[in-house]
Amino acid sequence: MTDQAPVHSPSALEDRPLVVAGREFASRLIIGTGKYESYAQNARALEASGAEMITVAVRRVNLSDPSQERLVDHIDPEKYVFLPNTAGCFTGEDAVRTLRLAREAGGWSLVKLEVLSDPKHLYPDMEETLRAAKMLIAEGFDVMVYCSDDPVYARKLEDAGCCAIMPLGAPIGSGLGIQNPVNIRLIIEQAGVPVIVDAGVGTASDATVAMELGCDGVLMNTAIAEARDPVLMAEAMKHAVIAGRKSYLAGRMAKKRYADPSSPLAGLI
Amino acid sequence: MDMITVAVNGEDRSLPAGLTLSGFLEELGLDPRKVAVERNLEIAPRSAYGEISVDDGDRLEIVQFVGGG
Repeated sequence: MTDQAPVHSPSALEDRPLVVAGREFASRLIIGTGKYESYAQNARALEASGAEMITVAVRRVNLSDPSQERLVDHIDPEKYVFLPNTAGCFTGEDAVRTLRLAREAGGWSLVKLEVLSDPKHLYPDMEETLRAAKMLIAEGFDVMVYCSDDPVYARKLEDAGCCAIMPLGAPIGSGLGIQNPVNIRLIIEQAGVPVIVDAGVGTASDATVAMELGCDGVLMNTAIAEARDPVLMAEAMKHAVIAGRKSYLAGRMAKKRYADPSSPLAGLI
Repeated sequence: MDMITVAVNGEDRSLPAGLTLSGFLEELGLDPRKVAVERNLEIAPRSAYGEISVDDGDRLEIVQFVGGG
């Protein structure tokens, strides 16, 4: 999978920071804010991860207890880019409705579109995702789109105007790692916008594999939130993404069938 | 005082007539800067909360950002 130096791998000198919809990010890691023990723990993990962008959901306010802790009390929307998602939406209309509210709540138009199908596998409904993407783009949203690892749909989403293509590495929350590196590589090679693996990362080495394939970034939630020590795992992910990017830029050695000594054979006593 | 019935986040509530959205949010104890409101399927712009009246039969959705992936 990553045996050969990627054909299109830029050199370190040619590397540029991640840019999504005109915004530049020093970190190539995006993290979710779900499933944490508390918003306080979430905030500590975010700090340790070095991420500058976080995904958030849009939900009804609990009116019976308005004093409940709020995400924005722990994570400052002025300091981090909030990326509202459409988790739980199954149609384009639901997604548009949710993100209109998100835009009003946050005052920005960068969003993560995900239109799911079956709750058992949480695979995106690509036909509906493409339709929703077109609706959102027509309303002026900058759409980062969660999608299957299908290069054909990835191309269609880019053609529709999505500002980042975010194929799954494995089902949401599964932690199985990158299941189809061949497709992820195909999507990267054809894309003119950032490709960010979203979902499926389970541990730090999975994030490195994604970055070594040439992804522009990695988005994860459960791998950090459900680690025994989320803050430590967040730090591990920060290094994993940096290591993977540098490895990609460095261009790995070719694999060989036999050993090749590192010490010279000449001059032996 | 005249009372009206409004569906808020899917539940009917009885409240005094003549409130603006701004006044209603205050009554609910919500910081208007931390929520977004949809009124009868249309976004209520935050800048207009002071002018938008809450009328009998309105359907309001009041949402906020929560943790998510």
